[in-house]
Amino acid sequence: MSRLPVTKTYKLYLGGAFPRSESGRTYEVEGANVALASRKDLRDAVRAARGAFPKWAGLTAYNRGQVLYRVAEMMEGRRAQFAELTGGESEVDEAIDRWVWYAGWADKLAQVLGSSNPVAGPYFNFTVPEPTGVVGIVAPDEPPLAGLVSRLAPAIVGGNAAVVVASERRPLAAVTLAEALATADVPGGVVNVLTGRKRELCTVLASHMDVNAVDLTGADDDVAELERLAADNVKRVVRNGEGQSPWHAAAFLELKTVWHPIGV
Amino acid sequence: MRAVTDLEKRQDRSPVPSAFEYASAPESRDIVRLEESYGLFVGGEWVEPHSGEHQASVSPRDEEPLAAVAYADAEDVDVAVRAARDAYANGWSELAPSERAKYLYRIARILQERSREFAVLESLDGGKPIRESRDVDLPLAAAHFFYYAGWADKLEYAFPNRTPRPVGVAGQVIPWNFPLLMLSWKVAPALAAGNTVVLKPAETTPLTALLFCDVLRQAELPPGVVNIVTGDGRAGAELVKHPDVDKIAFTGSTEVGKEIQRAIAGTGKRLTLELGGKAANIIFDDAPLDQAVEGIVNGIYFNQGHVCCAGSRLFVQESVYEEVVAKLKRRMGTLRLGDPLDKNTDVGAINSEQQLERIRELVETGEEEGAEIYQPPCRLPEKGWWFPPTVFTNVAQSYRIAQEEIFGPVLSVLTFRTPDEAVEKANNTPYGLSAGIWTEKGSRILSMAQRLRAGVVWANTYNRFDPASPFGGYKESGFGREGGLHGLAPYLEFDE
Repeated sequence: MSRLPVTKTYKLYLGGAFPRSESGRTYEVEGANVALASRKDLRDAVRAARGAFPKWAGLTAYNRGQVLYRVAEMMEGRRAQFAELTGGESEVDEAIDRWVWYAGWADKLAQVLGSSNPVAGPYFNFTVPEPTGVVGIVAPDEPPLAGLVSRLAPAIVGGNAAVVVASERRPLAAVTLAEALATADVPGGVVNVLTGRKRELCTVLASHMDVNAVDLTGADDDVAELERLAADNVKRVVRNGEGQSPWHAAAFLELKTVWHPIGV
Repeated sequence: MRAVTDLEKRQDRSPVPSAFEYASAPESRDIVRLEESYGLFVGGEWVEPHSGEHQASVSPRDEEPLAAVAYADAEDVDVAVRAARDAYANGWSELAPSERAKYLYRIARILQERSREFAVLESLDGGKPIRESRDVDLPLAAAHFFYYAGWADKLEYAFPNRTPRPVGVAGQVIPWNFPLLMLSWKVAPALAAGNTVVLKPAETTPLTALLFCDVLRQAELPPGVVNIVTGDGRAGAELVKHPDVDKIAFTGSTEVGKEIQRAIAGTGKRLTLELGGKAANIIFDDAPLDQAVEGIVNGIYFNQGHVCCAGSRLFVQESVYEEVVAKLKRRMGTLRLGDPLDKNTDVGAINSEQQLERIRELVETGEEEGAEIYQPPCRLPEKGWWFPPTVFTNVAQSYRIAQEEIFGPVLSVLTFRTPDEAVEKANNTPYGLSAGIWTEKGSRILSMAQRLRAGVVWANTYNRFDPASPFGGYKESGFGREGGLHGLAPYLEFDE
């Protein structure tokens, strides 16, 4: 007798747990039933991210780097599974290598992006990067895995927490990535992944007053509307991020300049 | 003449007993020669505005009309942007960076040379004390040009492996609190990076920007590289939405900053915003209190409090509260309010009648909501727009005076017990531009500096500025940095 395979229920990733949508809704995509997140799910995800942010930002950069590297390790072990859900092994390898690349940046960003400033007076003056807070990411549809990782890794490497709206057409890789994150010591709430309708979720994300920055790389033709909503609390907006660069991480960092007099 | 408010009636108009009486020491205004009327500075020439509209720029110290200033409309802005594009495409973008640098050095030197003239005009047009325009605005404006001049031919060292290129035409809109200094914060990095500029000065303080055009000519800057269009908010809005402007830089209120961000949504234009603030200035019980009180006073009464990074919320540790407030009130009694051109003046005129109204309105809400007001005895001049240095005690975090930017000489005092409480309260604002910390304990300075959500943190000092030091906010205080190496990036494109 042949064995009946155990099929997976594709759920949300929210605050470190895998709940169904509070609305109970699902939608059919890529041959599976996937959770159809509601606007309330999105607001809950922002709360989870805000709650997780201080601890994640407060870790040492070395520690965050190791957690990101651990994500690469966890993905490597699921290479075959990811390959099935994506464009194949080369995309999976690109995604894994991207985590490794950004893992190495964790404790180098401050040196490259910060500065010691030679002011004309008896003051010690320096500038350091700090995470902006909660970053909303609208993941691109293609490539479903590498596209998301390319936006997520630079957002969290500097200490931000993220709320991801996964590709509407290709969400399975995103949910599976969440499973790798959950087992990679990424603290619950640092990354939250929502599947569902972009049109429904993105306006809430862009206008949410407790989101500090949005990456609209995966937003479709409604980018202008989302940017307008983002102005409600002066969000930092990334429009189009491709490839890998420390400047992608810089887009989600604030610069703080500190002065102190030099004296006895 | 304006009506006398209740607040003013209550004030003690008798001479200040605690302060010395100084004979007035007015700076001569003869050094400033103003035209009767100014056009727009476009393509290196003075042109009349398309509508023919002019309005007087008025001195806030006595409401004297100083000169008629042109009001640009959409057509004028379009002509200016074309001039900037033309200058960019035909010469400026191909000029050797080392030559760009030399123009900027020239501008810096001419500003130094003519600094007294500019300082007097700044105080006349904007109402700030001559001591500040002479010792702060002008030296810093010149220093900004000198600093960015040096970067012009070193961009590949500032951004290694990124092949920096200019963005194109920068549209810049600046406020009225530091007119020439804000111009230099905008123009110097834009030119150093190889861009051309259309700049819109504030409606109430256009004159030093217009005098600056004379400096540009003296420096022989090619026509169209910098264009100055005066007017009101309409001109600024036209500049922001002009399709051939590649980059917008704005300094001003958070409200207008949001409008600008909305206006350019979807266009792909680059944007930096330096917006409002409600900075916390935090005094711990081990701080050198006399020094801290000087810092508090400088933090809020500098430039009549017309400072986006003003330390407008004072947090005092409970154990030294009485002492700090007593010292503060005593120090406030020695502040000399009066003629901005008098070299003894500490607190000058309020920039405009509209701003005075806004300050009065918020101060009234402070009293209505239950805060206790103190103003030292000081005589307000009969003519012009004035507001005395003011401090509120008994302030709850929810009061409007503790939440909203007043942009005037009004301080709200709150208290705290522990560093955690100070951080919680200080960060309890949508703004995040600046903060101050006063304590002798080094490790506490560093932990507080780390936890305060603000772009500039001054420890045991306040309101220090330098061209080498990046400035800009967190949260609703805007994004992007001005000053330092970081201040170049918004004016550059990179390969990546």
